[in-house]
Amino acid sequence: MPESSERGSLTEAVYYILLSLYQPMHGYGIMQTVGEWSRGRVILGAGTLYGALNTLLEKKWIQTVSAAGDSRKKEYVITELGRQQIEDELLRLEERLANGRRVTGGEAR
Amino acid sequence: MKKIIHKAFWNYEKEEQWLNGLAVRGLALTDYSWMRYVFEETEPGKYIYQVELLEKSPQNPESELYLRFLEDAGVEVVASYMKWVYLRKEAADGPFAVYSDNDSKIRYLKRVRCFWTGLLVLEFTAGLLNLGICFFDLINAEMQALHYFPWINFIGGAICTGIGIVFFFTLFLPVHLQIRKIMKDKTLHE
Repeated sequence: MPESSERGSLTEAVYYILLSLYQPMHGYGIMQTVGEWSRGRVILGAGTLYGALNTLLEKKWIQTVSAAGDSRKKEYVITELGRQQIEDELLRLEERLANGRRVTGGEAR
Repeated sequence: MKKIIHKAFWNYEKEEQWLNGLAVRGLALTDYSWMRYVFEETEPGKYIYQVELLEKSPQNPESELYLRFLEDAGVEVVASYMKWVYLRKEAADGPFAVYSDNDSKIRYLKRVRCFWTGLLVLEFTAGLLNLGICFFDLINAEMQALHYFPWINFIGGAICTGIGIVFFFTLFLPVHLQIRKIMKDKTLHE
């Protein structure tokens, strides 16, 4: 049963948050990285990010790391379970992209 | 230079617009207490403001964690009043919105709607209760004999009911419609 809810595709925010956490990072770093990767298209709101991080922690897709120096700022990193989600998402995205290209004739825009 | 402005807002979005309008002109909010806004002069357009309703009071440990997270993300907590916090970010950092996708926006707006609902229930209970007392006094034979009219209940009840009706249309309904609109958009976009 719990499987079914995890078959759907990830939201763009969750996808990019998980992806940015292949490197340990704190909240501000995630926002910066995702902003850069999407060339300013995906600007994560701090409240949205906070909610998403807590949900991902609950699901154990990410975990916190105790940074050596500055212990005040919490750093997060993706878990094995989280990597699995990204792998699954990549397959879904590839399928979407392939079908889209096939139907539209694949002309580059 | 400090500047103090006394003003009352019921609608936090109007308040936000007002604060941002002043910030553009170089007046940046630094503190707030009951109807009292304290500003400092800055270069025009340095900050963008947002007013947010927290789930719990700012002193609650959960809220403290959240506010600390905001601070780490470059958001400054300028002031708080009850469960409302005044946030600002430097405009040079780019646009400032606490919630950036439909899901989190809806969750937040529902919190606001719930807050207004509480206020409405309070106003209507007080209002209708007083009007009810008024009505029973009027049909009560003994009171009629005394030529007594419960003015205090009548006026108080009418004011509370009136405020309730105004709040319904100016506070509750706009948020409710906003939620409906985003819900509809959610079937198409995240």
